[in-house]
Amino acid sequence: MKSFDLIIVGLGIVGAACADAATAAGLRIAAIEPGGIGGGATAAAMGHLVAMDDDPAELALSRYSLALWEEFVDLPQAQFSRCGTLWIARDEREFGMIGAKIARLASAGIAATPVDAGQLVRLEPALCAGLAGGMLVPADAVVYPPAVAQFLVERSVARGATLMQGRRVGALSDGGVVLDDGTALHGPTLLATGCALGDLAPRLALRARKGHLVITDRYPRVVHHQLLELGYAASAHGSDAASVAFNVQPRPTGQLLIGSSREFDSKTTAASMPMVRRMLARAVEFLPGLRTHQALRIWTGFRPTTADGRPYIGAVPERRDLWVAAGHEGLGVTTALGSARLLIDQLLGRLPGIDPRPYLPARAWQ
Amino acid sequence: MSEHYDVLVCGAGPAGLAAARAAGSRGARVGLVDAQPRPGGQIWRHDLRFGEPRAARRALAAASGADWVGAAQVVAAERGGLLLERADGAISLRYERLVLATGARELMLPFPGWTLPGVTGAGGLQALVKQGWPITGRRVVVAGTGPLLLSVAAGLRKHGARILAIVEQAPAARVRAFALGLAGSPATAAQALQLRLGLIGVPYRCGEFVQAAHGDGRLQAVTIRTPRGLMRLDCDHLAVAYGLVPNVELAHLLGCRLERTGPHAAVATDALLRTSVPEVFAAGEVRGVGGVATARIEGRMAGLAAGGADAAADALRRTQHKARRFAAKVARCFALDPRLYALAEPATIVCRCEDVPMAALTGFQDARAVKLATRCGMGACQGRICGDALAAMGRYAQPQAASPLFPVRLATLCEPRTDSLSVTST
Amino acid sequence: MTARASMSKATELQLEIDGLPVSVPAGANVAAAVARATPAFRRAVLGEARGPLCGMGVCFECRVRIDERDHQRACMVLARAGMRVQTLV
Repeated sequence: MKSFDLIIVGLGIVGAACADAATAAGLRIAAIEPGGIGGGATAAAMGHLVAMDDDPAELALSRYSLALWEEFVDLPQAQFSRCGTLWIARDEREFGMIGAKIARLASAGIAATPVDAGQLVRLEPALCAGLAGGMLVPADAVVYPPAVAQFLVERSVARGATLMQGRRVGALSDGGVVLDDGTALHGPTLLATGCALGDLAPRLALRARKGHLVITDRYPRVVHHQLLELGYAASAHGSDAASVAFNVQPRPTGQLLIGSSREFDSKTTAASMPMVRRMLARAVEFLPGLRTHQALRIWTGFRPTTADGRPYIGAVPERRDLWVAAGHEGLGVTTALGSARLLIDQLLGRLPGIDPRPYLPARAWQ
Repeated sequence: MSEHYDVLVCGAGPAGLAAARAAGSRGARVGLVDAQPRPGGQIWRHDLRFGEPRAARRALAAASGADWVGAAQVVAAERGGLLLERADGAISLRYERLVLATGARELMLPFPGWTLPGVTGAGGLQALVKQGWPITGRRVVVAGTGPLLLSVAAGLRKHGARILAIVEQAPAARVRAFALGLAGSPATAAQALQLRLGLIGVPYRCGEFVQAAHGDGRLQAVTIRTPRGLMRLDCDHLAVAYGLVPNVELAHLLGCRLERTGPHAAVATDALLRTSVPEVFAAGEVRGVGGVATARIEGRMAGLAAGGADAAADALRRTQHKARRFAAKVARCFALDPRLYALAEPATIVCRCEDVPMAALTGFQDARAVKLATRCGMGACQGRICGDALAAMGRYAQPQAASPLFPVRLATLCEPRTDSLSVTST
Repeated sequence: MTARASMSKATELQLEIDGLPVSVPAGANVAAAVARATPAFRRAVLGEARGPLCGMGVCFECRVRIDERDHQRACMVLARAGMRVQTLV
């Protein structure tokens, strides 16, 4: 019987971050992943490191995690690009919201500045005319998550982690897990399985919120910041059956990555051309020049989503030694590092860096 | 706005033209689409100086009843319809039945220097020259494998190229046996003889292959591996290809079952060329490389079957099987020397769109893992060139096809279709 | 103008490659025009110059800017009089 200080199930960006934090704390861990490391939602993700002020709990976790991301500024495979985020107000009403947003971000130690209509044009000449202005968050950045996940797992293995790739956890046991090949592992278990969380923890089942992405050929220096419409937050926090929101990212290659869409209850990973059409129509409203750009690829990803939109980070009630770090919706990359620290601190009984209560899985029992 | 056809034929090469004619003969309203501005496909491509072969002219005339939709690239598909992009906008074409005659592309195997300007496919250089590429007086080495090399060399010579050599990787004994075997097919033998006569004075070197290309900013010389050692030839062009790979991407996107008899997939059909998707048929190279004769007969079969004439289609099966048997013989004779799969050095670029070298491509689970880690296959060719090579080399099987089938303008994906579809007869 | 001269004028057209005038027969593609000016069509990711490989629209190595529109396959576009083509963009 193999015994570990922690068994980590799932090696997307969140699981990989947990493996890294656990081994850094001296834990002997097993890390189990049936597919590729960072091959699920992590591979589909935009890799946007973004401070969003709409939910105080999300903001606290994001702030905490963004500070940890600074470690990877110079890691080549992270492809860290500090392009900043430029939030866009379409009209005076939206522009009027910006003061409060800046204040909320400031209270979390995140610098943001208002941008008037004239400044907006200078910052992003490709934007359509008639926008009211926006808000610039200069410290936001873009990374390449699959490579970071790979790096974190390799670093964990270098510290002695046992990597079991190609294996799947078939069931939880009393005191551990049983793998699909019958191997039994003993030790506290952390589920970082994203959308599949419900397979091993039915009470914590997540909804899979499908998103589409389109990437173009190389058009360098057309867009300089990650551009989001202020309505993005409403799309992310809303419960609409299907919504799109303007979200365009300049990749270090010079390609433009275009999102975003959200829908529940899609049964297929295949792209839905009607959703793509809606999403792209929104994008070309804000960036008319995009009309003639060539799209090279379209893909989908599934955001693991809880009922209140906040992740589960903590102990699972009614079981001994079962932990969860999953359900990050669209903030998995941003909050992966902070989630991992928060989880390991709780596991080891250390004082956590932020208040863990908003993310406790126990809230699903209420 | 969209047009609706009884039978839509995708691809206007020999198979597509035959299908369009056959379906039209059954009274179907036929549409014929191709990404090229003129019909003919690759082998019957219109030559600016010499027109097209007589057989092509006849086939073009015979298919003139179809609506010709040229310079239109298929980018997406759904049941019963295709989305195409043209220079002036997007169009939708709907159909009751679809004939896939999407042909094949050349197999390029990486070797040091293959990315130099001046290195092209064999049929590739032929295609460029037919459309005006200046080749008069230029020194050309034609290399790779198959009878195609002879017709390419002869065609280039007609345009004034200086063919320094034809470098055929198959050993001389096998090529001789193949030539002798042509006695059973008089038409092909006559054609071959004519080609050979047109190439008097051009060395036809068998059992040899180009192992490297050299030059500063453009091709200036090649190194050929011969049984007796290495040989260097100064040249301006290297036209090289190692066979053909079926263009199965549209079929795959439509849900048609594919089959693999070698490293590359082909579209599976029943005896009457119906794919696993009931209203979709396939003919010619897309079913597996088979040559012009196969394409013509299968195009006719598929067009008849799509037009509801199963009995007439069935009557052609014997001729079709004969053509396929001959094609299989060609493939056996010109099977590839395994050393061709090992020419790339660690620094040799394999993914040309993203500049990923051979050395970066080892040790991954599958093509998707390679892509995520190295960017191989993330470029504009959507993994066709590198994917074909890596599959041939036995490294990674090719991944799924997805929309868009080719790079496509964002406007095509999100704006209404152009109002009028200007159609002309072929 | 003699009949012969007027005929050859009718079958040639002129376009610009990197600002230089180039003549091609009517019906030629843009690749044929570029080839009369330079072997280099596009710059690869690591900086190498590239030219057409497949000649049939599959490889995308022949991409050039035509009339301010990037990423056009020169082998798939018919040359038209007055086109402005830029390589190595």
